Amino acid sequence: MMGQEFVSAAAIAASVLFILSLGGLSNQEKAKRAVWYGIVGMAIGVVFTALGPGIGGYWWMLPMMLIGALIGAYLARKVEMTEMPQLVAALHSFVGLAAVFVGFNADLERRRVLAMQLADQGAERLSAFAALLAHKTSAELAFLQVEAVLGIFIGAVTFTGSVVAFGKLAGKINSKPHKLPGGHWLNGGAALVSLLLAIVYLNGGGFWTLLLIALLAFFIGYHLIMGIGGADMPVVVSMLNSYSGWAAAAIGFTLSNDLLIVTGALVGSSGAILSYIMCKAMNRNFVSVILGGFGGTQGPAAEIEGEMVSIDVGGVASALNDADSVIIVPGYGMAVAQAQNAVSELTRKLRSAGKEVRFGIHPVAGRLPGHMNVLLAEARVPYDIVMEMDEINDDFAETDVVIVIGSNDIVNPAAQEDPNSPIAGMPVLRVWESKQVFVCKRGQGTGYSGIENPLFYKENTRMLYGDARSSIDSLVPLID
Amino acid sequence: MKVGAPKEVRPGEARVALTPESAQHIQKLGHECLIEAGAGVAAGFDDAAYRKAGVEVVEGAEALWQAADVVIKVREPTEDEAGWLRNDQTLISFFWPAQNEAMLERCKASGATVVAMDMVPRISRAQKMDVLSSTANIAGYRAVIEAGNQFGRFFTGQVTAAGKVPPAKVLVVGAGVAGLAAIGTATSLGAVVRAFDVRPEVAEQIESMGAEFLFLDFDESQDGAESGGYAKPSSPEFREKQLALFREQAAEVDIVITTALIPGKPAPKLWLEDMVQAMKPGSVIIDLAAEKGGNCDLTVPDQRIVTDNGVVVVGYTDFPSRMATQASLLYATNIRHMLTDLTPDKDGVLQHDMEDDVIRGTTVTHQGEITFPPPPPKVKAIGAAKPKPRVKEPTPEEKKAAEHAAFLAQTKRQVTMLVVGGVVMWLLGLVAPASFMQHFIVFALSCFVGFQVIWNVSHSLHTPLMAVTNAISGIIILGAILQIGSSSILVGLLAGISVLIASINIVGGFLVTRRMLAMFQKS
Repeated sequence: MMGQEFVSAAAIAASVLFILSLGGLSNQEKAKRAVWYGIVGMAIGVVFTALGPGIGGYWWMLPMMLIGALIGAYLARKVEMTEMPQLVAALHSFVGLAAVFVGFNADLERRRVLAMQLADQGAERLSAFAALLAHKTSAELAFLQVEAVLGIFIGAVTFTGSVVAFGKLAGKINSKPHKLPGGHWLNGGAALVSLLLAIVYLNGGGFWTLLLIALLAFFIGYHLIMGIGGADMPVVVSMLNSYSGWAAAAIGFTLSNDLLIVTGALVGSSGAILSYIMCKAMNRNFVSVILGGFGGTQGPAAEIEGEMVSIDVGGVASALNDADSVIIVPGYGMAVAQAQNAVSELTRKLRSAGKEVRFGIHPVAGRLPGHMNVLLAEARVPYDIVMEMDEINDDFAETDVVIVIGSNDIVNPAAQEDPNSPIAGMPVLRVWESKQVFVCKRGQGTGYSGIENPLFYKENTRMLYGDARSSIDSLVPLID
Repeated sequence: MKVGAPKEVRPGEARVALTPESAQHIQKLGHECLIEAGAGVAAGFDDAAYRKAGVEVVEGAEALWQAADVVIKVREPTEDEAGWLRNDQTLISFFWPAQNEAMLERCKASGATVVAMDMVPRISRAQKMDVLSSTANIAGYRAVIEAGNQFGRFFTGQVTAAGKVPPAKVLVVGAGVAGLAAIGTATSLGAVVRAFDVRPEVAEQIESMGAEFLFLDFDESQDGAESGGYAKPSSPEFREKQLALFREQAAEVDIVITTALIPGKPAPKLWLEDMVQAMKPGSVIIDLAAEKGGNCDLTVPDQRIVTDNGVVVVGYTDFPSRMATQASLLYATNIRHMLTDLTPDKDGVLQHDMEDDVIRGTTVTHQGEITFPPPPPKVKAIGAAKPKPRVKEPTPEEKKAAEHAAFLAQTKRQVTMLVVGGVVMWLLGLVAPASFMQHFIVFALSCFVGFQVIWNVSHSLHTPLMAVTNAISGIIILGAILQIGSSSILVGLLAGISVLIASINIVGGFLVTRRMLAMFQKS
């Protein structure tokens, strides 16, 4: 057993390591080291806390840790890179649920301690936390209740929200926005009732108030995320990431544990920034994304003239053979069709033919921030030819061929040309400025937002219909 | 159906309406292809090449006209050819129905359907069959090559050991398709190119091709969108100003390429005799409007003349035929697209859909009726040019002021946030116990550090960032560890489950992050 001073020192070390770990993600090479900082920090935090004063129940704790670690390792090894969004969402739900349980426990222990103090019997065995509680003043205990309610509420919203997000991302739930009658009034009502229950609880209400609050929060999380469509998932996942952090921080307050507070705050702010970046990339306001659906259109969309001209694989191949510079713009469709390896093979062949090949990645391409980068990395596309939107947008004008694979809204010129478009003002990849654009697409349908894409009707655009993977696969042998 | 291309009979016409390449596409539509023996020779396609592409070679024009259900050709039909037209036949070719009323009557009498390729409406959907554009493109290119042939100097400026060569100055009048093609060709040869057009909206196109747009300061400007992208006759005042501009240029330029045409009217006279007189000896004028009378006073159609002061005026009208292979390839592709539209089901059966803008517009006789002129197309040719307000470059003072204002605004925002934050802290401190405030300071600082650190994370590492934050948010395990030793079974159970799922998070999150990061490779 170690003294409290050791635990505190370990907490400082772990906090610093976590900050270094996040800071290290500024580039790909440093990141490989940074993740070790995180692992070491976590190990220090867990081991020193577990060996700290007053900790018991090892016979129960260690097997649980071991089983959890095995499950985690299995998942991490097995998951396909296209399934990353689901995995991340699932992991968020675990943090949420754990926060709810720990919050419940905090209140149960508080009640036990109070009961013991009333009965004046200190002999019963207390947990480390309960021992801490026993020293608290009544004002501190009142604050603890507020913190526990917050932790439980945020944790519960995170839990069901992440479960729904997981379902939508894994295709187990229809990804279309779906709301119960009453819409956001239901959420508002549930939040209001939760607030009332919280007041009852703070004024001495029983444990049932906490349970009810958790149930209402479960409902809010479920209903809120059900109402948000598939393409907004990057924002949702980052938001849930943020919530899981805030839940951990709130629990940290409840338990008076600085390491939890620091880590929770780091995760919370990271998620918040990611949500902000994603919203900015869609030119949408955070609230409107959360409330779901695209806002009402501000007028009739400009009519599109021309027709979609299709092309066969041979035509694309001859254009690629003639081109000097090629930019590939992947989107969610590439992930769905599992085309990243075919795309990588195409890239390799084009590059070995001496052509300049680059990738243009829109911040919200895919279902997770950075999703496309991970998929391309998995397919062994070197990261230094994978560019961000701002890095590559001015280069389209000097590019011979752009291949758009499974993306739609992020290359929609209406965002810049048609002020009445629902996505007006959203920064998009200006692929149409290049000499020729090939759009690899399954059919003539519109994208997630249901908005017509004038790009498909432009004179320099040719449509390559069919499954992205088989199209690219049949394209590769034709490149010489 | 059988699609047949006869040999062109007009003297000097070297093009052919069917190439081995286009035949393959037409066969995919379910049609059979026929060609008159020797029809492609002048354009560089011999009969063997056609046979290889699966085209049946027919001896003699009459036999071909007999065998084919659809006749495709380049030039308008001659009297003989019109005589061979049958009731159920379709003819696709140039026709110029407005100038050829007698022929229109004859074709009507035969009952055949005639599709005039020169009538393709100017809408974006129909661009792939716009033969006027593809022919004009060739004419524009060839005009520059022809000029280079007649011109005794280099196009590009050079400084050589043998002396300095100034670049040739080329003036292109009329920036339609031919004009733009001429500009592109001349600039790529290294000439200094100026161009003029009555439609101000083409200025941008001219500049994009690398030429200087000669700007005419005049209120009354034409909007090409109104007339389907073509020029209209201009007012006398405008014309005077325009001629004055040309007169100024005449003494300077070495090569003039005129392409000004007004649909259905003789070509406007823009390069007058006095301008030719003003030009330097050895200068060249290529008049692409020669067939319609010429833009230059001295043009003689189909001839090259040399004026007294040594200026060469070329009035050839057969530029496309001078590049017969290229012209045939493009023309055959235009025809092929027309057939694609006429055979929507790809079953080898023509469907003459008179509701379709393009088919309606090009059809001049159908089922014994004259269907010319067509009603205006339902889709407008091109969007009206939007006037572009010029964005003024901010002066350095303005820039400085704007920067200062932004700085002030930022300072104001930051100070406000600090003050609000401070007040909130103070209010909280009034009610909250001291121990809470200590934790709260830690919390606030961590948020601050978090914001500072996360902004530096590379965009491409956002997914690993989420995975790693996922893993470290498993720190919630500490809460469970602190509670797990409780003697209450319920508390112990809940804490145990929390330990389990938080462990999944920690191990799963870190391992998957490592897996992802290992994949990122530099080339």
